[in-house]
Amino acid sequence: MSNTELLLMKGNEAIGEAAIRGGCRYFFGYPITPQSEVLEYLARRLPEAGGAYVQAESEVSAINMVFGAAAAGARVMTASSSPGISLMQEGISYIASAQLPAVIVNIMRGSPGLGGIQPSQADYFQSTKGGGHGDYRLVVLAPSTVQEMIDHTVMAFEIAEKYCTPVVVFADGMMGQMMEPVILPDIEPVPSEKPWATTGMQGRGPNIIHTLHLPPDQLEWHNNRLFEKYHQIEAQEKRSLEYFTDDAEILVVAYGIVSRVARAAVEKAREAGVKAGLFRPVTLWPYPSEALVKAAGKARKVLVVEVSMGQMVEDVRLAINGRVPVEFYGRIGQVPTPEEILNKITQLIAEVA
Amino acid sequence: MDKKREREIRTLLLAGFGGQGIISMGQFLAYAGMLEEREVCFVPAYGPEMRGGTANCLITIDEQQIDSPIFEQPDVAVVMNLPSFNRFEYQVRSKGLLLVNSSLVNQPVQRQDIEAYSIPVNELASSLGNIKVANVVMIGALLELTGIIQAESIIDSMRSTFSDSKHNLLALNRKALEKGAEYVRYLSSKQRLAV
Repeated sequence: MSNTELLLMKGNEAIGEAAIRGGCRYFFGYPITPQSEVLEYLARRLPEAGGAYVQAESEVSAINMVFGAAAAGARVMTASSSPGISLMQEGISYIASAQLPAVIVNIMRGSPGLGGIQPSQADYFQSTKGGGHGDYRLVVLAPSTVQEMIDHTVMAFEIAEKYCTPVVVFADGMMGQMMEPVILPDIEPVPSEKPWATTGMQGRGPNIIHTLHLPPDQLEWHNNRLFEKYHQIEAQEKRSLEYFTDDAEILVVAYGIVSRVARAAVEKAREAGVKAGLFRPVTLWPYPSEALVKAAGKARKVLVVEVSMGQMVEDVRLAINGRVPVEFYGRIGQVPTPEEILNKITQLIAEVA
Repeated sequence: MDKKREREIRTLLLAGFGGQGIISMGQFLAYAGMLEEREVCFVPAYGPEMRGGTANCLITIDEQQIDSPIFEQPDVAVVMNLPSFNRFEYQVRSKGLLLVNSSLVNQPVQRQDIEAYSIPVNELASSLGNIKVANVVMIGALLELTGIIQAESIIDSMRSTFSDSKHNLLALNRKALEKGAEYVRYLSSKQRLAV
């Protein structure tokens, strides 16, 4: 397959193929709507690519299989949707503590509880603030197109191995099901050195991967070491995109699928002479706070739009720190339309006029 | 063909019940749009509605980068059964286009501010010996009315996505596209006679 051939791919399948292109050969998971096509695709393709696909008996075992494969030095991934990701939280905390690279895909659906199967962004707190127990962080990438689902999946493996830490690819049910033309990357991933991996001693001393640090000083040292790494990630990995922010009086902040809809709304607002702009965080952790503050430089109001009751809005308020009023518009079970966001922008501009 | 309308069409909603090939119609259109080097986006309704009720999908075909994959008021709605007709007749934008499968919808279109065509695609497909291509007959009508995609690109999209064992169906699909187009031409000539 040439690297310029356009293919029409569904988001979930695109993630599956991107994982293989990115060098992933091991997948452990459990089916759940609206994510199941990731599994279906990899169940078919991974054996062809010389890898292994295992459907575990539950998400709890799937994430522990990921833990094991990552400890053995494999490039490994799992995918699920909101309730399944909740079941994985204990294992994710262990993987973060053990400092192992792994990619976790969350194709979010309605919640809390079993919720529904419609698109959602309501796992923001879970992925960016913790979710599992203890002091740890996950790098969280938020693609907005099927092409970005591919690019971010490849990038997720690179970041995971660079920092030896789990990375989340964070999308929603609509993106999982949506089809768009994509170009698959023609890459030859270089396997990174993993001298810590449990690959059999073969003359060296034993490699032991564990997360138990009973002596308090050792536990504190371990946590400090984790956070040195997280500070390094914060310094190097923040990503965001901006549209029309230079003179924006109303700054819309949205990520993932909503950022696209918001961009359409911002363009409509501009056509109507309203100085609207869009700030789109691409990494949800580390959160691009400094870039957001800069983008909001001329804003008189900031509008956060999410498919949740308001989660990222808290990070926006922390970053903006009272300089400008921060408003919120959210929907549940459906992605807001450009018209809805435009109405909100029009309402806010009337308030500041 | 009205060139002005052709330019204005970028969003389409297709609806019917499961098994009518609604999702396939959308995928053919999106794939064909991609082959014509346009920007395309296809969003299926995958929710509870798909499980036993109406199936529908949204397609955007544009010359520019597609921002929002969703929209409230499509430029074109294609309704293949009565529940879809009832649900979507009033969603089409003003001066938009509504294509109705009159084989299954026996109600008249109420809207006066849109252009509507009733096409008995089930019967037209049966006349070709295979009712399964009713959806492709409808695509033929859609292309004739809007010019949004070349019929040959739809065939190319089928050639690319059908497994080899199904390539013998391309000729039938080509006939189905032509059947839909022919029926629309017949409707237009009838309208001209009436005037």
